[in-house]
Amino acid sequence: MRNDLLFDFTVDKPAKTVYITREFDAELPMVWDAYTKQEILDQWWAPKPWSSKTKVMNFEEGGRRFYAMVSPEGQERWALQKYTSISPKTNFKFLNAFADENENPQLPGSEWDLSFSEESGKTKVSVSIYNESLERMEKMIEMGFKEGFTMTLNGLEELLATLLRK
Amino acid sequence: MRRDIFQAIADPTRRAIIALIAMQAMTPNAIADNFNTTRQSVSKHLRILTECELIKQEQQGREIYYSLEIEKMKEVDEWLNQFRKIWEIRYNQLDNLLLTIKKQKK
Repeated sequence: MRNDLLFDFTVDKPAKTVYITREFDAELPMVWDAYTKQEILDQWWAPKPWSSKTKVMNFEEGGRRFYAMVSPEGQERWALQKYTSISPKTNFKFLNAFADENENPQLPGSEWDLSFSEESGKTKVSVSIYNESLERMEKMIEMGFKEGFTMTLNGLEELLATLLRK
Repeated sequence: MRRDIFQAIADPTRRAIIALIAMQAMTPNAIADNFNTTRQSVSKHLRILTECELIKQEQQGREIYYSLEIEKMKEVDEWLNQFRKIWEIRYNQLDNLLLTIKKQKK
């Protein structure tokens, strides 16, 4: 990671929200495109060794992105994002839910809110992700992280179960 | 009974207790004075915190003092790190991609 670029990551557990802010050394329209055009999105969205594969994407209010995270073994994990609000080059929101390969969502999902701003050639993207359940947050980790983190996740599963029983 | 740090911080009163004794070791009475709940309920929270090994007791004369095992809090940080890592990787990929796009445009 480039050290001169801001990266902030906060989990507000009581609010069940994750906040991620990151600066990019590029102008806003380019960063906006990277987030909103499927051919660019698919090139970075999945943390390696997973890859991202978009089947449907119409970026408009009421539109959706239906995509899969594909594991190195070819296992697919589908997710559905429904765009609820779009203010071009400034902000967009969507509801994100895991889904099966036929686009049937598994609710509850999470609410994503992404804001974009540019200052002296650098673009800041602030993301907030509200999760209905902690269990779901755990699943989110699993999606990108299954390979190297299986052991950690087993432990995590246990402790989340403890937490949720409370 | 299996308890861990996440059980310790799952309750708002316990989080408040942690914040209180992070500054200095305190007796159960002194801790309870800061809350509107009963002594018993504060004692129960202290017991859970002790079982989670986040706080330790020390006898000083007739009083018991509770203090924090601050090292234990690192486990929370390690847990968060997993999420952080996903985004770091993802965004580093975006960095590289943006650089590539920039070069292509030139």
